[in-house]
Amino acid sequence: MKAFIALFQALDATTSTNAKVAALVEYFQQAPSGDAAWATFFLTGERMKRFISSRDLQLWAIEHIAMPEWLFMDSYHTVGDTAETVALLVGQPHSRLVDRPLQTWLEEDILPLASLPKPEQGAQVKRWWQLLNIAECFVLNKIMTGAFRVGVSKTLVLRALAEVAGLEPAIVAHRFIGAWRPSAAFFEQALSAGGSLSDAPQPYPFYLAYPLEQTQEQSIDGLGNCDDWLAEWKWDGIRGQIMHQGGQVLIWSRGEELVTEQFPELAALALRLPEGTVLDGEILAWRDAAPLDFAALQKRLGRKKPAGAILQESPVIFMAYDLLQWQSEDWRSRALVERKRKLGEIVQSVAQPQLQLSPEIAFTSWQELTELRLQSRTRSVEGVMLKRRGSSYLVGRKKGDWWKWKIEPYTIDAVLLYAQPGSGRRANLYTDYTFALWQGEELVPVAKAYSGLTDSEINRVDNWVRRNTLERFGPVRSVKPELVFELAFENIALSKRHKSGVAVRFPRIKRWREDKPFREADTLETLKSLIDPSPACETTP
Amino acid sequence: MAQLIEVTPQGLFCPQGNFYVDPWGKVATAVITHAHSDHARTGSQTYICSDNCVPMLRQRLPDAPVVQGLPFHEVIHLGNTQVSLHPAGHIRGSAQVRIEADGEVWVITGDYKRCADPSVEPFEVVPCDVLITEATFGAPVYQWQPGEETAQEIYQWWQQNRSQGLTSLLFCYALGKAQRILAELTKFTSDAVYVHGAVQPLTDIYRAQGVVMLPTIPTADVPHGHSYAGELVIAPPSAHRSVWMKRFKNVSTGFASGWMRVRGHRRRRGYQRGFVLSDHADWPGLLRTVKECGARKIYVTHGYKDLLARYLRHEGLDAQSLDTLFANDDGEDSKAESSLPVEAGQ
Repeated sequence: MKAFIALFQALDATTSTNAKVAALVEYFQQAPSGDAAWATFFLTGERMKRFISSRDLQLWAIEHIAMPEWLFMDSYHTVGDTAETVALLVGQPHSRLVDRPLQTWLEEDILPLASLPKPEQGAQVKRWWQLLNIAECFVLNKIMTGAFRVGVSKTLVLRALAEVAGLEPAIVAHRFIGAWRPSAAFFEQALSAGGSLSDAPQPYPFYLAYPLEQTQEQSIDGLGNCDDWLAEWKWDGIRGQIMHQGGQVLIWSRGEELVTEQFPELAALALRLPEGTVLDGEILAWRDAAPLDFAALQKRLGRKKPAGAILQESPVIFMAYDLLQWQSEDWRSRALVERKRKLGEIVQSVAQPQLQLSPEIAFTSWQELTELRLQSRTRSVEGVMLKRRGSSYLVGRKKGDWWKWKIEPYTIDAVLLYAQPGSGRRANLYTDYTFALWQGEELVPVAKAYSGLTDSEINRVDNWVRRNTLERFGPVRSVKPELVFELAFENIALSKRHKSGVAVRFPRIKRWREDKPFREADTLETLKSLIDPSPACETTP
Repeated sequence: MAQLIEVTPQGLFCPQGNFYVDPWGKVATAVITHAHSDHARTGSQTYICSDNCVPMLRQRLPDAPVVQGLPFHEVIHLGNTQVSLHPAGHIRGSAQVRIEADGEVWVITGDYKRCADPSVEPFEVVPCDVLITEATFGAPVYQWQPGEETAQEIYQWWQQNRSQGLTSLLFCYALGKAQRILAELTKFTSDAVYVHGAVQPLTDIYRAQGVVMLPTIPTADVPHGHSYAGELVIAPPSAHRSVWMKRFKNVSTGFASGWMRVRGHRRRRGYQRGFVLSDHADWPGLLRTVKECGARKIYVTHGYKDLLARYLRHEGLDAQSLDTLFANDDGEDSKAESSLPVEAGQ
């Protein structure tokens, strides 16, 4: 496990991609398969079921070093991460850890902790802390709380594994997709030569479209002859793959989570697909030939086993737009038009209302498509997708063949009212803001936003917040109303849960309006006037 | 009883002695703890500082009308008060200010540290009735390893980069931290180190005061087209991503600061490596100082002042935080050096 901790430190200590891959390759070349399996598990963002909460860690640390709780909390706010705060407080200057294989450590020490009563867990963890240095404490704390993420992307880890195994990265990627249990046997299998891609019912890695930037809007002609392109609406649901394979029916979300149980009507539908079929598409809450608000879909996601009422209230469909596998054969390298043609036949022969074919938008010029795109909002879609007719189905987010051309977001000028420190990379910096709009002489909070400013702007706002604080509520500061920001958001709906009476979707900061006096920020009335009158957009309270 | 020190719009003021300590406004008499720009500001008439601080203050404030040096421990009479300076261990020439009047003693620590540093005059405990202490790192998560251990990490990083043909670009404050590293590194090597134009004159001052450091070569003296492969270069943070940096081909960047103790800080600064090295007292150092000086009243300024003051009260001491305008108010000290002039690019 010292090797794994050293790997973590090497990955954490550098921002260079090459250095990270080199460290990964070096680790995987020497690690026994059982250790390597666990390392891959954590590095690719898989989590153990959490059996120790951050709150447990915090309480044990407070007991361990006899510190008042407020002091721990203040320390936490300077660090922004419980596992790290605890490590900094309890870690030893020098490690007294006796090295053991990572696999043994996890399977014989850490996992059995789950079955112990709380006080015994605490006593054991405290004993470990007395042996470990800060980096080791940090890794242990992160593993126990099930939130172990390292500064590498999954792609980078898979690239290193592919290099070690001498395999194509796509093959390795496919073998590590979905849920898997770390073991020496699994790891050796995953890195073994040969084997086909579809040897287990795993989803294919999703091909993601690249955003067509606003600045390129005039240059949509830059995509070349519009006859080479196929356009579809950009649906606002949950990207998913639906598969009938090996006698199983599975629905995978883009986060590679199995959501089969949440959507029984789609599972029933998948059974009607011929064996060996994998479709890519969008799960949408749908009624009367139109999408329902995204909130309806969110409700469905929250229910593990949805009952009758909610199935009635928020029915879903699968809007299919691609065919990845047909009769157990990988179709991804075939041309899009060919895949689409076959997909059309499948949808037609299945003939179920829950399976629809994402229609092509007919257009004969970029000009015409630009105009059609303006219908997006009334159609309750996010914009337009452009796919090259001859394109294969690639892995990950790639520029070139697939573009998402989203509609302009709504914007509004709002006043900064509260600020609080971010976490992780932004710990100790005031980066999380609450914004307000005018209602008469009062400023009413309408949205929280975390992203959109540059690092130097964040530093300036942070500095300003510290000097213009009116009141403190724990980590939150209320500030003098003065700074105005233009906020962009995707949608707006009436809401009874919000003080302002409206909820905005995916708000983010578009720019800092340093030119605008706060008195001239927008009013709540203006925001409400943006609400789409069509009932499909209304959030049920 | 009248307070020996008051907070005024111009800064910490001693009415009985009619002088200010590290004023942020323009005043007649300024007692200066050390030459960092948030403590030694321009515009005052007479500056009083430690003898060893004089050349740095002159370098930083070339237009200062009068700079009066004072040997450590020597008492001068200002108005009704007796004032003396005592080593603070923060950077070379840094001082705590001891003020005595009518049998009462106040000490203003300025910035200080308790751990070993071969480039400075070591901190001395000054017994007092009232202590005004800094708290830049006044949170329990800030605890320092010995500077020598950090220097060893820096040396290993340099050697590893050297083996890959990379230039090691280490960023840190030009005054104090750079010289401390140059002094600590003599334990591991005698190789010369390249320095940015902002670092060299201050290093010369340290050297003139007898501090043993690695030989330094100003990058300004290096001919165009010179290869820096395998070399260590020390520069202020303001030079990071500047035109000056373009002369180096394949680099690995590092940053030395107490803030590097926290992962979030390391990640957002945009340097490849973070080395934990601070010239401020860490949490145990602050608590130890408060205890050892025996003050009955403690004022806390800079940084995590509310947190430290609250903890001292929790420990049964009479402590409160003091609002000041030092740059590192609220836990950020990086801005203090960010206004340094960047050496002209090529």
